[in-house]
Amino acid sequence: MRSRDLPLFLVLLVPASLVLLVFIAAPVGQSIMLSFQRIIIGLPQLGSPFVGLDNYRELFHDPVARHSLRITAIFVGSTTFFELTLGLLLALLINRRFPGRGALRACVLIPWAIPTVVSAQMWRFLFNDAYGLINYALFGAETHRYVAWLAHPLTALLAVIAADVWKTASFAALLILAGLQVIPEELYQAAKVDGASAWQRFRRITWPLVRPALLIALLFRTIDAFRVFDLAFVMTQGGPADATNVLQLYGYKKMFVEGWLGYGSAVSVLVFVIVMVLALVYVRLVGRRVMEAR
Amino acid sequence: MKAKIGFGFGVALAGFFSLVPFLLFVSSAFKTQTQITAVPPQWRPEFSLDFFISAIGRYGILDYLKNSLIVAGSTTLITIGLAALAGYALARLPRKWAGMVLMAVLACAMFPQIALAGPVWRLLRLFGWLNTYQGLILPYVALTLPLALWILTLFFREMPEELEAAALVDGCTRLGAWFRVVLPLSAPGLFTASILCFIYAWNEFFLALLIMTDPAKQTMPVGIALFQGEHTVPWGEIAAASFITTAPLVLLVLLFQKRIVGGLSAGAVKG
Repeated sequence: MRSRDLPLFLVLLVPASLVLLVFIAAPVGQSIMLSFQRIIIGLPQLGSPFVGLDNYRELFHDPVARHSLRITAIFVGSTTFFELTLGLLLALLINRRFPGRGALRACVLIPWAIPTVVSAQMWRFLFNDAYGLINYALFGAETHRYVAWLAHPLTALLAVIAADVWKTASFAALLILAGLQVIPEELYQAAKVDGASAWQRFRRITWPLVRPALLIALLFRTIDAFRVFDLAFVMTQGGPADATNVLQLYGYKKMFVEGWLGYGSAVSVLVFVIVMVLALVYVRLVGRRVMEAR
Repeated sequence: MKAKIGFGFGVALAGFFSLVPFLLFVSSAFKTQTQITAVPPQWRPEFSLDFFISAIGRYGILDYLKNSLIVAGSTTLITIGLAALAGYALARLPRKWAGMVLMAVLACAMFPQIALAGPVWRLLRLFGWLNTYQGLILPYVALTLPLALWILTLFFREMPEELEAAALVDGCTRLGAWFRVVLPLSAPGLFTASILCFIYAWNEFFLALLIMTDPAKQTMPVGIALFQGEHTVPWGEIAAASFITTAPLVLLVLLFQKRIVGGLSAGAVKG
């Protein structure tokens, strides 16, 4: 770079920075401000008085919010676990050279590429209580044994988890695959010559070298799982009995259905703080692990 | 031998679970109403187009499609334009500064959408931009910029500076060199970033739901989510709309899977 180009380069950065500032950074900052105010969308005459920590105090005593936090934690924990496990298996499959490898990779990408709303409708259809194919697969034509999966709290949550795993295990697989592809083939050949079994090769070569990629996949999946909204909105609207009322859906309902902008903002700040803390922890972990691997 | 059978089984299983649930669902679009609710299920559709006709005629799916095309298309164009300019600057600035900017950009991609929702909604209301295309396109540009910036910055970095130096010696300005030399050579990177931005904007639901409350301006995902029948769930029409929405995506995946995989992992792993 020549120093007389510096002003030009800074100018080139302006439009993108402006968009990010106006539509991401400033709104996040403003959300924090709003969370200290009482604002009701339908009642502008009440103004927006500053109420200190009232919204947060209310939030911590709100049984629905506490339940929502618990549900979200269960959702995030189980989806990331299954997505990483399946993602690793898928990545190990696709990493091999075999005829039809491209076709398999394309198949695996389809769930990732389609809109979440479509996959949500799809699973709602498959879990249907009267003619759903999941009931048919389990109970055949004995319709009296069919289960209304989306009408019971536990099975509804499991259904939403299953739908999320189906949709995003492939994304985890892609990230892990990128990590697998940098492992040199010679390592495996040398291990084979030395008589290492398939399990030993996985345990001693693949696992330690793929761990950084796994951690990155874990980071991306956890953060994304905390933002779950579409699936619950379409499949269950958060029900039954709030069983799938995940945090982002709860915040949305408070803000845009009931109109409690200040309180809803407190919910959104809670989601945001959890995500940021996790991101920091992971980044430190990943950074250290990558350093250790060197 | 045993390992080979196990491997083949794994491949078959992965292919089956990725494709079959989706195919079963969209095939309902070509069935008749009695076929959809039949127990035991009737696997072979009669290839009736009634649900497509109803989805277009009664539910106005083509309007949703038009809105989706406008929003996703404009988002992609604007994002790629902004990211091509800024990414070039980031690729040529000292690594240390660029690294700091890229980390800040990455942080922008990690915020949960709910944390922006209230203020963005209020800002758009202030401008009178709720239920307008620009009201949805601009937030989408902000949400797709981080990934596009990462992909393009890494791509421009790989490009030898000597190429631009030659153009500069020949009397090009910096911007001229960027436009005439760097951009044409970056076509693959621009293309990859475009595909990913387009898929994001095409599929996004949360903000579209908040910002587009007027059915005349809603995009396909909102339409599909809010589909209401008179008495029963209109599965046939939902499947037809889903088919129309996903067909272009499936095409993109089949044609450009290598680029998509490369682009997604570039943002995540090289950083």
